[in-house]
Amino acid sequence: MPAAPGAWARFFDGDVWHSFRSSPMAIGSAVVALVCVFCALFAPWVAPHNPFDLATLELSDSMLPPAWMDGGQAKYLLGTDEQGRDVFSALMYGARISLLIGGASVIVSVLVGVSLGLLAGYAGGKIDAFIMRVCDVMLSFPSILIALLIAGVGRALFPQAHDSLAFGVLILAIALPGWVQYARTVRGSTMVERNKEYVQAARVVGVSPLRIMRRHVLPNVLGPVLVLATIHVATAIQTEATLSFLGVGVSPTSPSLGTFINEGNKQLFSGAWWLVIFPGSMLVLIALSMNLFGDWLRDALNPRLR
Amino acid sequence: MPSPLLEVKNLRVEFPTRRGTLVALDDISFDIAPGEILGVVGESGAGKSLTGSAIIGLLDPPGRVASGEIRFDGRRIDNLPYEDMRKVRGRQIGAIFQDPLTSLNPLYTIGRQLVETIQTHLPVNAAEARKRAIRLLEETGIPAAAARIDQYPHQFSGGMRQRVVIALALAAEPKLIVADEPTTALDVSIQAQIISLLKRLCKDHGAAVMLVTHDMGVIAETCDRVAVMYAGRIAEIGPVHDVIHSPAHPYTAGLMGSIPAMDDDRERLLQIDGAMPRLTAIPKGCAFNPRCPRAFERCRVERPELIAAGRTRAACWLHADTVKAAA
Amino acid sequence: MNMTADSTVATKPLVEVHDLSKTFDVSAPWLNRVVERKPRQFVHAVDGVSFAIERGKTLALVGESGCGKSTVARLLVGLYAPTRGRVSFDGVDTGATFKSADAQTLRRRMQMIFQDPYASLNPRWKVADIVGEPLREHGLVAGSGGLSSKVREDALKARVSELLQSVGMAGADVEKFPHQFSGGQRQRISIARALATQPEFLVCDEPTSALDVSVQAQVLNIMKDLQRKQGLTYLFISHNLAVVRHVSDQVGVMYLGRLVELADKLALFATPRHPYTRMLLDAIPDIHMSGRSRTPVQGEVPNPLNPPSGCSFHPRCPHANERCKQERPALQRLKGVLIACHGVEEGRI
Repeated sequence: MPAAPGAWARFFDGDVWHSFRSSPMAIGSAVVALVCVFCALFAPWVAPHNPFDLATLELSDSMLPPAWMDGGQAKYLLGTDEQGRDVFSALMYGARISLLIGGASVIVSVLVGVSLGLLAGYAGGKIDAFIMRVCDVMLSFPSILIALLIAGVGRALFPQAHDSLAFGVLILAIALPGWVQYARTVRGSTMVERNKEYVQAARVVGVSPLRIMRRHVLPNVLGPVLVLATIHVATAIQTEATLSFLGVGVSPTSPSLGTFINEGNKQLFSGAWWLVIFPGSMLVLIALSMNLFGDWLRDALNPRLR
Repeated sequence: MPSPLLEVKNLRVEFPTRRGTLVALDDISFDIAPGEILGVVGESGAGKSLTGSAIIGLLDPPGRVASGEIRFDGRRIDNLPYEDMRKVRGRQIGAIFQDPLTSLNPLYTIGRQLVETIQTHLPVNAAEARKRAIRLLEETGIPAAAARIDQYPHQFSGGMRQRVVIALALAAEPKLIVADEPTTALDVSIQAQIISLLKRLCKDHGAAVMLVTHDMGVIAETCDRVAVMYAGRIAEIGPVHDVIHSPAHPYTAGLMGSIPAMDDDRERLLQIDGAMPRLTAIPKGCAFNPRCPRAFERCRVERPELIAAGRTRAACWLHADTVKAAA
Repeated sequence: MNMTADSTVATKPLVEVHDLSKTFDVSAPWLNRVVERKPRQFVHAVDGVSFAIERGKTLALVGESGCGKSTVARLLVGLYAPTRGRVSFDGVDTGATFKSADAQTLRRRMQMIFQDPYASLNPRWKVADIVGEPLREHGLVAGSGGLSSKVREDALKARVSELLQSVGMAGADVEKFPHQFSGGQRQRISIARALATQPEFLVCDEPTSALDVSVQAQVLNIMKDLQRKQGLTYLFISHNLAVVRHVSDQVGVMYLGRLVELADKLALFATPRHPYTRMLLDAIPDIHMSGRSRTPVQGEVPNPLNPPSGCSFHPRCPHANERCKQERPALQRLKGVLIACHGVEEGRI
């Protein structure tokens, strides 16, 4: 008997892959996003310099413009800052921090939001009402304010905080306003799936509610979550950049793109435009490519549009 | 013999997909005479709803009429531009769909929907249109029509809504009504009411009906002639009584045998093994041959046309000895 | 009140239902009720239903939308808890058992088949997992301890293959996904899943209503074969009277949550007594066009939120009198059948 096609074979034969291949925008944005992520993750190996290794810095090379302008050097492709750090490498290292924080906060948001959404949708009644009221309350605060509040409180509580703790607080600050959208989406889908007969069949068999939620309902409600998460990464990175720009983000020892934009902003009037433009463009590039990819993904996964 | 109101000749409807072109309707031909009720019956995937959609001109893209022609009152309608087809729809051909809930716009009163339809197609003023609308509602059995005409669809029950939909379909006095599963979503007792209403009204207004359904009982009660469809083709067509009681096509016979009847005491129902082929895998020759208990060599090779067989016409080589092929 | 129509007391019924009721609270949310001063609203989906099913037999429940037959089905398998009344399975009260530690033992003995072949199978699971879930849940395959999980997996797949073959499908279908099958095949997979625990009682909620006629014939034949081979007892819910006549031994007619008539199949179809039963039978389109005359059908099923007083059928009944408007008829044995109708009781009809 011929073996059924494996999961990969089915994926490449399916509508989603085909839609991907025929959409230049999807391919383009996916490629850009992947390149950025790759450079960011493997920055120590990909970047020409390590801008944080104080030993390699040369103050005499500071404030150099990009390589194609007068005074620039090919060694420092996009110029250097006032400490002699290579902007090009700093972009990658900065993106690394940004993506790590953005990615981590999205993961936390998804875990919390999906769990609460499943619970609310499946249990219904008072539990559902309670969770939804919490969501309503959270949504009435602007997310930046919540993030500022948590970051500020964190700083006040732990003034000498170690870097990793500062990271944790920052991730929490970004994740906290973010879980609500997942909870709501998943709750709606769960309520639909719960009434479907395959769930009732599982109940008749005697499967426990937790197992039903985890094994039956969850795989069927994850589609929209994937789309939301993709776009949410872009938002999370921007939130982190905003917080760092405002000075309550990451510590200066592990700067993110936001930190670079902040510092570059201070140098703007001295004419060193490259210190702001390039980190800013990198941020926009990452956010845009993820948004476009998320857009395509939502349409591709929508069965009605196929 | 009066000329037919609707003539469908060698109609072929295709769906181009990335896996190749799917032929959903393969060379079907039939006529409807003025005032006649033709039933189109078949199982899921046979193409009966698609036939209705093609005639009204509401095929969902990428579906399209690939070849053949549809003539209404002598005039071709399958290749009309959108505006012209829109005028035909409603005025010449009315439509009733399955779900009364989605056939009516929930935001407008039924009076407004009726008046709008009447005024779009007939040269009458608003007051006259409203009078006609009330009369139509009374004809369809809606109690206190003059009062209820200003109510919204959600204020009517399912059966009542379907009556309103029938009123809407008849509003512009069309000559043909295409009804796609008009009673499937209704309770049994309401079904009976709606069927008899449809029959009576169409007779009164002189409209022909193309009734698409999977329910053989409804066909038996309502139609003059019936076409049995299978895998996008017509398997058999003829007067209702003959198709039901002396089916010439083995598929029709199988269908009749698998329906439990009220006077039937068999232990087992007749069962046709297998399932209707998917559009991507229609067998060569006669589409029914893999499941047919009486198939022979010719069936597997050559697709049969509609051949006269007794008082019906069947697409089956078993009747090939009778000389005449379908006209 | 002896619920088993005409039989001797030799065999105790497998399923006995007494005064079963289920009321749903469909009131507006608390805040709306306070602000808009709306009253609480209840739907009596099932209102005092009683019947018994003997082992190896099929009881069919028929009725139109809103009659509560699907709710009865769900009450029997424990998807809902009754508001009133009791269900006995093999002499044991199911309401109490479903809440106790013995729930799984009871569940093993009764299973359910649903109406929609497209929604009753998890689209992301393979058939092997779908049909295998009851086997796993109840620990019915190849014991534990000592055996590697690979061996257990294989044993599970083998058993699933067997089950699929018993419903006329290929054993190789274990690896496929539901969307690769047609409606009729999916319904057979549902039946295979229901049979996995070797139950004695199957509740079938409109199992063929969503299927084409020829496919319906296949599924009904399989169900009858299985009943004969395994001695299964069925509760068969349907709105299609012709199908019901084909499969059942006894038929119960429901209207707005109440049982109006319960009789042996042949008796019910030959001489229907309750006016609603007669109306239903008259409404069936006659495929053989025997040209029988019919009493025209009147009215529609009323809104369950606001049922008529007394006998809920009285607005549509050609024989209704004053008593029918005031007093709800009790289900009693009259002329050999169980019937709830003042007219029959008074000898008027």
